[in-house]
Amino acid sequence: MAERPSLQVAGPPGGPVEGEVLHLDEPLSFWGGLDAATGEVIDRHHPQSGLSVAGRVLVMHSGRGSSSGSSVLLEAVRCGTAPAAIVMVEPDAIVALGAIVADELYGWPLPVVLVNEAELAKLRTGDQVRVEHDGSVRTINAVL
Amino acid sequence: MSAPGHSSTRSSTDPADGAATYAAQVALHLTEDDVRRLDGGDGPAVGLAMRVVVRLAEALGAEELLDISAAHVDSCLYHGRAPLDFAERLAADGATVVVPTTLNVSSLDLLHPDLYRGDPEEGLLARRLMDAYVGMGCRPTWTCAPYQLEERPAFGEQIAWAESNAIAFANSVLGARTDRYGDFVDICAAVTGRAPAAGLHLDENRRATVLFRLGGLAPELYISSLLPHVLGTLIGAVVGNRVPVIDGLPDPPGEDWLKALGAAAASAGSVGMFHVVGATPEAPTLDAALGGHQPAEVVVVAPDDLRRTRDRLNTARLDGATGDALATVSLGTPHYSVAEFGWFVEALGGRRVHPEVDVYISTGRGVLSEVEERGWAEILRSAGVTIVTDTCTYVTPILADTTGPAMTDSAKWAYYAPGNLGVEVVLGSTSECAESAVAGRVVLDEAIWATGSHDG
Repeated sequence: MAERPSLQVAGPPGGPVEGEVLHLDEPLSFWGGLDAATGEVIDRHHPQSGLSVAGRVLVMHSGRGSSSGSSVLLEAVRCGTAPAAIVMVEPDAIVALGAIVADELYGWPLPVVLVNEAELAKLRTGDQVRVEHDGSVRTINAVL
Repeated sequence: MSAPGHSSTRSSTDPADGAATYAAQVALHLTEDDVRRLDGGDGPAVGLAMRVVVRLAEALGAEELLDISAAHVDSCLYHGRAPLDFAERLAADGATVVVPTTLNVSSLDLLHPDLYRGDPEEGLLARRLMDAYVGMGCRPTWTCAPYQLEERPAFGEQIAWAESNAIAFANSVLGARTDRYGDFVDICAAVTGRAPAAGLHLDENRRATVLFRLGGLAPELYISSLLPHVLGTLIGAVVGNRVPVIDGLPDPPGEDWLKALGAAAASAGSVGMFHVVGATPEAPTLDAALGGHQPAEVVVVAPDDLRRTRDRLNTARLDGATGDALATVSLGTPHYSVAEFGWFVEALGGRRVHPEVDVYISTGRGVLSEVEERGWAEILRSAGVTIVTDTCTYVTPILADTTGPAMTDSAKWAYYAPGNLGVEVVLGSTSECAESAVAGRVVLDEAIWATGSHDG
């Protein structure tokens, strides 16, 4: 097996993506967990239930749950409620597929990048971060 | 289709330097046939499908693609215009599946269309999505339990299945090999016959790393239909996407038990494969399941852990003493098997369900035919039970009453229904669901959670 890529799905060619971090305490299944029309977390069991992922840099350890997550992520892209980027530790096919098809179908590259545990822990909700084209994540403005 | 809206800051520059990033990170070896497909030599539909397969392979760090011999497509369940755009784009470009391909549940019950209570316009879009996939050559099986169909993958077969419970069953119980696929790549693999050689397709990712042992469970809990649901939920939350192995069950469980465990674990975590020592084909012994390694983590599960897991799934407030009126009982997530129908018929014991309670059982068409032949469908309908096919009661508007509490024997249904439907849920065993359906209120047997003498 090749060394796993730090970049699961590339963002816009050449350009970074910026946004405010929403760091989820638990992985979120987009299907059953995200309302694509509003970007709201609707999983009643999720600690961040009720918050919106729209335009945020969504940080979670890994993906979770239903295969339909790819479809919900794609629909969120179409509705303009998708995260600006997704940052995880574990590679996840379901998350990656929503982002890949968003690029293929709508020319909307949603970067999905992988970081290690320590880097993930540093990304706190409210931080302003930049996801570079090479998959690195830089903090521009940290919350106090 | 207009460009999607956005609210993030993006700087878009030269589009030419995008592809180089992948090449720098991963060396994905493609065959001549792969390259021809990718370059559009087999037409635009195969080209698009191949790009999705190749980009996923890159995202997963695969070194090559492999041939698959079957596919199960989850993308036929309606989630909005975007996935429909994708399906209709493939269909318009002339996509045809090249391996036997089954279809997951949809949003509609084509055998009982009146059950659909959703927006009619959305129903038409859902139908268009179904038609697109059938048009590409997929079999209209409309079931989340394709392993209950007559033809199912053999041990060691490389396949591309989506639908989290089906993935867990295929890998764990059949010993077939699929990664935890999401929507879109299911049909793309079916159209190209190729999938990334990564994840659970490969030996090294199939061995267990987390060991679960059961301790001190009462004999009543071992035989309750609740055990695999609650245990699966607990396991999924602990392991995430690691592979668990369960050791120490007093008797080797059957397929319905394993199906329940996988469905619950795949909803509560990202479990694509599990082992049960002495019951699943890659776990003849604990050592075999662990691949000769020591487990990275050992978890001992006590009755209290299971009871707490059950309590967390219950969102309805139960007041017990005065009795809790019930609005709905929903069974068949994943789709009920013939044996599960048999258990529920037996549990009803010829009684009618309470007139104030709507009881639904979701299943596939194949199972329904057999249940009809055995006369059970008629018994159930006479008892006031509604049988739902082609879909499931928590993925589409079917329930007549979402205001009162709903009871289910499925941890997966209990997990998702509150978010999807807005109902409050109570999880019970199949026999508790039958007793409750007849009584019209929640009837639970709390004695099963006591500590027993058997320590597994």
